[in-house]
Amino acid sequence: MISAAERAIKKKRSISEEKKDMISGYLYIAPFFIIFAVIGLYPALFSTFLAFQNWNGLSPMSFVGLENFKVVLADPLFWKSLYNTIVIGLLGTAPQLVIGIILAFLLNLSFLRFRNFFRVTIFMPYITSMVAVALVFSVLFSNHESSLANYILGVFGFDPVNWATSEWGTKIAIAVMVFWRWVGYNTIIYLAGIQSIPGDLYEAATIDGASKIQQLMYITMPLLKPFIILTVFFSTVGALQLFAEPTVFLGAGAFTRDEAMTVVMYLYRDAFKLQSFGTASATAIILLIIIVIFSAVNTLLTSGVGRKKRGVKG
Amino acid sequence: MNQEARANKFSLGRIMVYLFLSLASLCSLFPFYWMFVMATRPSAAYNSIPPTITPGNMLIENFQKVLNAIDFFGAMWNTIILCTVVTVVVLLISSLAGFAFAKFKFPGKNILFVSILLTMVIPPQLGLIPQYYLISKAGLLDTLQGVMILSFLNPLGIFLMRQYVSGSVPDELIEAAKLDGCSNFRIYRSIVLPIILPAFATLGIIVFTAVWGEFLWQFTILRDPDMYTIQVALATLSNTFNIDFGMILSGVFWATVPLIVIFLLFNRLFIASITDGAVK
Repeated sequence: MISAAERAIKKKRSISEEKKDMISGYLYIAPFFIIFAVIGLYPALFSTFLAFQNWNGLSPMSFVGLENFKVVLADPLFWKSLYNTIVIGLLGTAPQLVIGIILAFLLNLSFLRFRNFFRVTIFMPYITSMVAVALVFSVLFSNHESSLANYILGVFGFDPVNWATSEWGTKIAIAVMVFWRWVGYNTIIYLAGIQSIPGDLYEAATIDGASKIQQLMYITMPLLKPFIILTVFFSTVGALQLFAEPTVFLGAGAFTRDEAMTVVMYLYRDAFKLQSFGTASATAIILLIIIVIFSAVNTLLTSGVGRKKRGVKG
Repeated sequence: MNQEARANKFSLGRIMVYLFLSLASLCSLFPFYWMFVMATRPSAAYNSIPPTITPGNMLIENFQKVLNAIDFFGAMWNTIILCTVVTVVVLLISSLAGFAFAKFKFPGKNILFVSILLTMVIPPQLGLIPQYYLISKAGLLDTLQGVMILSFLNPLGIFLMRQYVSGSVPDELIEAAKLDGCSNFRIYRSIVLPIILPAFATLGIIVFTAVWGEFLWQFTILRDPDMYTIQVALATLSNTFNIDFGMILSGVFWATVPLIVIFLLFNRLFIASITDGAVK
């Protein structure tokens, strides 16, 4: 008969425990939400508001409706920067996916010696900062006939390229540096994915006489799909936000030339070189929409490709 | 190893695998090596055909030129302070929030957690102008505090910490501590923190290297050369029309050496920091 009183005490206690936990819970997640409200949400909303205003940062704002969007969308330089961003993005990221998967597959082969050496060296470019990469590659890919890139072209009998100033030279040089810095990162993600595939699947395939290539196509690739989707998503978002590499690679003339100006550079130029905050904010909104569309389409395409392949196989 | 496998050891396929991986390693390492070569050569070496690929003897001279062009050590110091403060703050915010999401019950928990993940989708450029405006209104332009505040948001950190806490801190341990009358914060400090220290190492590396290499913010907010971080200072090296390649790569080389050393010492942690985020 002790229980009635005790149960009451226990119940009371657990209610106050629950309350305490609730308060602690809110308290512990509060820092993130407070900081997010001030420097994340408020600026994002304010940007959306600014996109409909004419403002140079000093004089009062005036509401201009959709004018900023019209100005940006009618500006050939905006379309050029979008074109540049997409071309550099494709050149820089698409080959990474293919090479990354191959490298990860090879790094996982059971007979491989020096596995850790290969893994560490292939991943190493990722630790360099984007600025450092851009500077090193600006020297590798300079206009000089004696730059390493031009020398190698010369060895194969090609004419030197104006890497730092030409339409395709700049794009290729920037795509190469993006590729160099990120391919190891993607390889590591794919390698983790491959290692999560049970080994007996490969054993069974080997017993059935499947070649390594067949194993890659019919076991590794389909099971790697979630990881491929993840990297396609990251690559798409990252490529559309490209800023540091072209800015540093182009150096002093970065914001006055258009061969490799990206959308974020265009936005930056509007805001901080031309003090046109309204159009810069409109560009930011347009970029957000582009990022959402591109990453959704790419993610869907990646999932679709795998599905089709499985369909053919079955 | 059976007969067949031994015969296979030197097969064409295996040689191709090693060739391909060696080529990939070479391509990965070469820019690092070449950075060093150029950092030891006069700028004129750049004009020689075939290109110079062995180190010279200008290691110190080139670095002195860097020191004349930018405040290298000041900028390094600024970056180290920035990275350290941001890393410590992000670890605290993330582990507290991760603990709360993993172990407490409170209304709206799931919605709040999903909303944190959704904030990852907002591109950093979207709020750039208002953020710049806020920072300048607060008088924080040209200060490290200004850059720090903008780096404190790290949704990935909260995600990783929640995963780690729910996977490695047993509920019974927390219940027992509560019966002993421990406050929730005491539980965090004396039970949760020691258990999640390994996760601090990986998240710490993610945050530290991200802030170390971040450019857009630092470039936007820091205009005064005294306040430059190493990234902004390095970017100014190529921002002249009279370019000295030896000097530029000397600056890049010396700014990269500390990272290379840290990476070689802790490469497993670096690699784990990538896969932890991807696999979980």
